Amino acid sequence: MSVSSSGTLRAAAAAGAAGGPGPEPDRQRAPGQRAPTRRRPRRPASPVLATLATLVAALTVLPVAVILVRAGSGPPGEALDYLVRPRIGELLAHTGWLMVLTVPATVVLGVGAAWLVERTDLPVPGLWRTLMLAPLAVPAFVSAYAWISVRPGLVGLGGAVLVTTLAYFPFVFLPVAALLRTLDAGEEEIARSLGVGPVGAFFRTVLPRLRPAVSGGALLVALHLLAEFGVLEMMRYQTFTTAILQQYAVGFSDVRGSLLATVLLVLCLLVLTVEVAARGRARVARLGAGAGRRPLPLPLGRWTVPAVAALGAVVALAVVVPVAVVARWLLVGTRIRVEGAGLGDLLLVTGSTVGLAVLGGLLAVALGLPGAVLLDRHPGPFAVLVERLTFLASSLPGVVVALALITLSISLVPGIYQTALLLLLAYAILFLPRAMVALRSGLAAAPPELAEAARSLGQNGAGVLGRVVLPLAAPSVLAGFVLVALAISTELTATLLLAPTGVETLALAFWSATAELDYAAAAPFAAMMIALSVPLTVLLRRQITS
Amino acid sequence: MSTLSRRALLAALAASPLVVSACSREEEYVPDPEALQIYSSQHEGVTQAWADAFTEATGIPTQIRRGTDSSMGHQIVAEGEASPADVFLTENSPAMTVVERAGLLAPVADETLAQVPEDRAPSSGDWTAIAARSTVLCWNPEQISEEELPASMMDLADPAWAGRWGCAPGGADFQAIVAGMLADRGEEETRAWLEALESGAEIYQNNIATMQAVNAGEVPVGVMYHYYWYRDQAGTQEQSGSTRLHYFGNQDPGAFVSLSAGGVLANAAKPDAAQQFLAWITSPEGQQVLVDSGSMEYAVAEGVDSDPALPPLADLDAPPVDPFTLDSDEVTDLMTDVGLL
Repeated sequence: MSVSSSGTLRAAAAAGAAGGPGPEPDRQRAPGQRAPTRRRPRRPASPVLATLATLVAALTVLPVAVILVRAGSGPPGEALDYLVRPRIGELLAHTGWLMVLTVPATVVLGVGAAWLVERTDLPVPGLWRTLMLAPLAVPAFVSAYAWISVRPGLVGLGGAVLVTTLAYFPFVFLPVAALLRTLDAGEEEIARSLGVGPVGAFFRTVLPRLRPAVSGGALLVALHLLAEFGVLEMMRYQTFTTAILQQYAVGFSDVRGSLLATVLLVLCLLVLTVEVAARGRARVARLGAGAGRRPLPLPLGRWTVPAVAALGAVVALAVVVPVAVVARWLLVGTRIRVEGAGLGDLLLVTGSTVGLAVLGGLLAVALGLPGAVLLDRHPGPFAVLVERLTFLASSLPGVVVALALITLSISLVPGIYQTALLLLLAYAILFLPRAMVALRSGLAAAPPELAEAARSLGQNGAGVLGRVVLPLAAPSVLAGFVLVALAISTELTATLLLAPTGVETLALAFWSATAELDYAAAAPFAAMMIALSVPLTVLLRRQITS
Repeated sequence: MSTLSRRALLAALAASPLVVSACSREEEYVPDPEALQIYSSQHEGVTQAWADAFTEATGIPTQIRRGTDSSMGHQIVAEGEASPADVFLTENSPAMTVVERAGLLAPVADETLAQVPEDRAPSSGDWTAIAARSTVLCWNPEQISEEELPASMMDLADPAWAGRWGCAPGGADFQAIVAGMLADRGEEETRAWLEALESGAEIYQNNIATMQAVNAGEVPVGVMYHYYWYRDQAGTQEQSGSTRLHYFGNQDPGAFVSLSAGGVLANAAKPDAAQQFLAWITSPEGQQVLVDSGSMEYAVAEGVDSDPALPPLADLDAPPVDPFTLDSDEVTDLMTDVGLL
């Protein structure tokens, strides 16, 4: 998962709010996520399909294996000495503090904003819904750059918590808002009729149902924090990910880097485990027959102004400040760089970034297809295992995947070392779940009955695919492709390690300019990344309202 | 978002590379295996200026892979004989020594060695200096008076300095300074100094961040290289306007002069072009490109003057350290031991 992998939201909606593919059918589903395929005997998956899906799953867990083997390749005593020392404790403490402060802050902000937007008579809720997702259009490291360039003293834990909270709270807002919108009013109204106040009714009937959505969103925030590099490097706040990159700067792909990466892997697993526990197994779905009913919006009354002011402040800090600062540096840049050589270069860099994003998006969709077909058409323990492995791999920080791929390719597959293919593979591994989730909902839109009908009317396999399945599945597949492509276009850490010689991306160009504290030179690349990320907000907003 | 607008978006996304390539100039950001492969941990600006001028002079296309000193040295060693690199340029010589010890360097052509004073290339003749930089103490007169400045860089280990000085120990520049200290003062003294650094110094991302912190008054003094300061002074002065430089001199570890190194890989796919490149950047013409690039690093070739703003290299009274024995791995281990890495 990269610094800017906001599109994993879809995965959160699936993993957190909707539960897995089949085994927990009674869990509340986020909108946009289809009900699981009907339970009825299915023919087993073809060997080709099963093999392809297995190969893809194996590819995604390969980095873990490589890192573990590499970490274990040195003398055990040395590894132990390296890992058991004060510096590692300090990195653990730093990582821990960041999580302990940022995760609850995003939950409070995300749930609070979602409740205001979806459950009260807040003016222009549609606008606020968009604005609360708008921070996703500003990559976190761009936001950090904006803050640090106007407030150089804003470093350390405080700055890191501020920037990451503002950048990541939409991860909680999105699934919670989606769920609040569909939640039946019944229980809340019964609680009110029994004498509980509006706030009490929210805490006692609504909040428990939000549990999977909140824990899913919080999981994403936590995984992003573990993988975060750009923000923390600028804020001079060292965690395991920044330490791995520093070790890389000193020793390339040495054993020490893999040892640090192993600790980071353990932390990721820990977070995933905690989330499973936090999600709980309590039944949260609505019981009873008939359609659910949207509750009446709660009148805010004299709280309207403070509520609007609070949301406005969040938008100002999370969106207006970074965008205004980038704009200011753009102006400064045009004043000092009269020759105007920058524009051609910006277009070139944008071109290569978009090229990588398109290819990476296509690769992720292609690699996600076997697993998605397996899950949708042949559900069962095997399909679930394939899906879970893919999700596990995608929770790895970009730096771990990149380090593993370098270690692997330099000795075993020199043919792909330093090629664009290796970088694209890293992107595909990191962002595969986005493609998978989208493909699954696309396939669900083209149920097998239609394919069977087409077959009975004389279509062959290719005809069924081309004339029935693809047209129906296309919108979701395109959405998945775009989500992956957008994530790639602002990816920093894996790109730093894996970019082929001669390739420049927006994130790389931005990063090398900020490393020299040349804020004006970094601004055009920052602006372009924001512009490219705007569709993300639009796309994700659909998940709440559709 | 409707299907239609999503399609429009996708079409725009898919078409943008075409649009971009339509208005692009001849060069593109794609790999070009036919070009001379330069692995460079030197500054991008200088490397690019050298590469462009070389291509213009000889017609030989070049491609630069960016990196950091130690990482790139170890990368070339890990790549071994299969390394795509033809030429390696470093910011500081210890990274080159890593490659040299792995036996992966070809001897530098005599023509090149003849252009550089003898004491700026190792006796093996496997690489040569291409530029040089001096350690300095950047200080802020609003925070501290000249009399209070430390006489030696070693004095910064004094508890009185705790919290009052900054540096960038994660970077190769600083690690080269430590390598010089290690060679000059031995392990015990260097370790004690690093321990004081770990507990008492403000740690910054790099030299520029250190200088800006001194400029902003976050710390009164900072250890860094000279050229960042001169570059900013010649430019906007935004990052150094309220600061001055202190040269330790007296053969102090704080007067360490670091050589940037250039070498040709033994397994270079284009050995002739690689030798030609190294000869060119150490020629008077190539060294003038360095001086004119505004990087403010010292030129090292015979008969080329560095920027007039700089104090002469010969007057810096640097410590008598043999630059060819500097060991970056020992420094890394030491810094790992004290908890800086």
